[in-house]
Amino acid sequence: MSPTALVEPFKSEPIKLEVKNLDLFYGPKRALNAVNMKIPEKKVTAFIGPSGCGKSTLLRCFNRMNDLVDACRIEGQILLEGSNIYDKSVDVAELRRQVGMVFQKPNPFPKSIYENVAYGLRLQGVKSKRVLDEVVEKSLRGAALWDEVKDRLHDNAFGLSGGQQQRLVIARAIAIEPEVILLDEPASALDPISTLKIEELINELKHQYTIVIVTHNMQQAARVSDYTAFMYMGDLIEHDLTDTLFTNPSKKQTEDYITGRYG
Amino acid sequence: MKNLLKRKTSWFSSGSPWIWLNGGAVAICMLMVLGLLGLIAVRGFGHFWPADILQTTIVDRDGKSQIVMGEAVRDEIISAAVARDGGYTVAADVELITRHLFKMGNRDVNGRDFAWFLDTGMGKWEYPADAISIERREWGNFYGYPVAIKEHDNIVSELSGSDFWEQLDQRLHRALELHDKIHRIEKVDIGRINNQMDELRLERRRLELDGITGAQMASADAQLAERRAALEAEYDVIKKERDEILAQATRDKLIARTADGKEVVVAFDHIVRVTRPNEMGVFAKSVQYLDRFWEFMTDEPREANTEGGIFPAIFGTLTMVIVMSIMVTPFGVLAAIYLREYAKQGTFLKIIRISVYNLAGVPSIVYGVFGLGFFVYTLGGNLDELFYTESLPSPTFGTPGLFWASLTLALLTLPIVIVSTEEGLSRIPSTIRQGSLALGATKAETLWKVVVPLATPAMMTGLILAIARAAGEVAPLMLVGVVKLAPALPVDGNYPYLHLDQKIMHLGFHIYDVGFQSPNVEAARPLVYATSLTLVLLIIALNISAIKIRNNLREKYRSASD
Repeated sequence: MSPTALVEPFKSEPIKLEVKNLDLFYGPKRALNAVNMKIPEKKVTAFIGPSGCGKSTLLRCFNRMNDLVDACRIEGQILLEGSNIYDKSVDVAELRRQVGMVFQKPNPFPKSIYENVAYGLRLQGVKSKRVLDEVVEKSLRGAALWDEVKDRLHDNAFGLSGGQQQRLVIARAIAIEPEVILLDEPASALDPISTLKIEELINELKHQYTIVIVTHNMQQAARVSDYTAFMYMGDLIEHDLTDTLFTNPSKKQTEDYITGRYG
Repeated sequence: MKNLLKRKTSWFSSGSPWIWLNGGAVAICMLMVLGLLGLIAVRGFGHFWPADILQTTIVDRDGKSQIVMGEAVRDEIISAAVARDGGYTVAADVELITRHLFKMGNRDVNGRDFAWFLDTGMGKWEYPADAISIERREWGNFYGYPVAIKEHDNIVSELSGSDFWEQLDQRLHRALELHDKIHRIEKVDIGRINNQMDELRLERRRLELDGITGAQMASADAQLAERRAALEAEYDVIKKERDEILAQATRDKLIARTADGKEVVVAFDHIVRVTRPNEMGVFAKSVQYLDRFWEFMTDEPREANTEGGIFPAIFGTLTMVIVMSIMVTPFGVLAAIYLREYAKQGTFLKIIRISVYNLAGVPSIVYGVFGLGFFVYTLGGNLDELFYTESLPSPTFGTPGLFWASLTLALLTLPIVIVSTEEGLSRIPSTIRQGSLALGATKAETLWKVVVPLATPAMMTGLILAIARAAGEVAPLMLVGVVKLAPALPVDGNYPYLHLDQKIMHLGFHIYDVGFQSPNVEAARPLVYATSLTLVLLIIALNISAIKIRNNLREKYRSASD
């Protein structure tokens, strides 16, 4: 495959993340092929594509979660506001504080609801109860969970339903005020009502955060995102305004996929 | 129409034989376990039930008739030929005869307290109401009839007197109280003074070793002598008090008569308990039973461990297991965390892991030998030379003791803790770790704040297994610190309260000692069962408490490990 051309439908937007010639290998297997893309600030960008196309892998590059995979090797650059996050001098923990992530399956810690949200702050050494209380409430409100849990903040987080757990995890992520939030199929394990709530939440959050979301569900991508990127077999095929991509795709592969001819 | 009838299958392929086989295996296991526990329980618990005292006549080898008295222990059917070889006259047409084992007590009179008697020629078994059994601090039980009570040299009450039993009870009660007092003075007060005296001796020796000048030594000596004099004065006071109580305690004596008419005088301060089992109803016997059982659990052993209680052994076992747990848990957990989380996975790590697993299979006596050679002699010897020079040549840590026994067991159970902890760590879902890392936590923060707390139930499981293994271990302990009779408990009121250098008693070793090293096999037999039962119960209790803790932790971290 030839490297994809840099698609730029959004020249006027401020750019938060820029991917430059990114190759990723799992051992001998190439998972991403010379990906180039720009992710605009305070917008929702959705990655769609068939299973195994590399969309989650690309997402995990943004906060260097792929570092945890032993055989993973990365070439190329990702710039967060102009600085390369794969530079040797980068503190990965600091990067992850700025680029938060929410996973497919809700993964609250075996602690109380309160402590789950306060976890990131405590890591940063915040001890003041007043500050913690404030941030916990603000984050839970931000994640539209406050009203449901305000009376049982000190109960174990495992007592929450799946959808509530996922919103708790989002609250946990926004408690440390990152600049970018990565969502890796955040609603795929949830029922339709919880999914709806998460989608509403994403619409709220984009006013403050740059959001990148990976989804299997094209309707979801169409509903929540401003921009959509279609990936196939490790290549970025097309990246455009969501409306444009879904109504008037410029590539045949994209059209085939969104019309359900494969994937 | 669709054929929905049951498919014809052979009995074998229906799976029933497997179910039967599996069920049978479980049933057999359960039967064996219950059988073992049942046997131990019946034999062990039965020992404390006050047996009736029987009196009968027997014909001995020379054909002479003789009155015997005691408790019937058990019967046995033997071939008549054996009896004939033994010198007994048995009618020629008899092939099998019964013989009875009696516990006759009265070791001071008869010389032996258990004897077999042939059924042939044995008289009727009678249970005289006045027959008493006296548990004594020396010479074992006495069986016979009471005659009179003497205060100093005057008879104050005779059996015929109306208040005889009341008097006996009162005086016995008094004697027991006085005995307790003496015991306390000897153990606590005199123990403390001895301890301080020893401390003075060591202090002087320390000064000597420090190489101070003669003049300084002289002044130190004067000071030490002063302190010693103070201690001696205190000792004199206490000893005088003790002697007074002792004189009071020896005031009363019980005159008793054996079944064949010999008179025996027993001082009250040698008596533990006087009972008339033939007179007692079921309720009185139950009370007595509980009393004796309580004594067994809380008292010190007497008569070469064949009588009295096993408290020091229970206490020693517990202390040792606790000290072991304190040592093995941190080491095992830290090692497992390193192996699972930090070490580079590869061939070398595999070798290490296999070695650790194999350590669990090394025979425990090997650990004992290692403990003696390395811990006791090498480590302990060096510790003594570095820190306890003043008490050399008598060793402090250079001799088997509680600490080395616990350390050896900790080494023995280390693989168990490592393996369980590793398994617990590997079961923590990676999403939880990633969730923490994604919030900007470092690997160490993730480990200590999220992963390790989640793995605590697995660590507890490891500890449970370790405790079960350690509490029942005997072989290595014989080499590194367990003795048949320890002079004192490892915990007392003298600084530093927990004496890690002291030798301890242990239930497992106690079973071995009482059962196989005892001079009095018959007397020891029930104690072996009772002690075994205690050991089993102790291990069960330790396990149950650990399991409780684990289940609480599991409940706390419930769905994360699902």
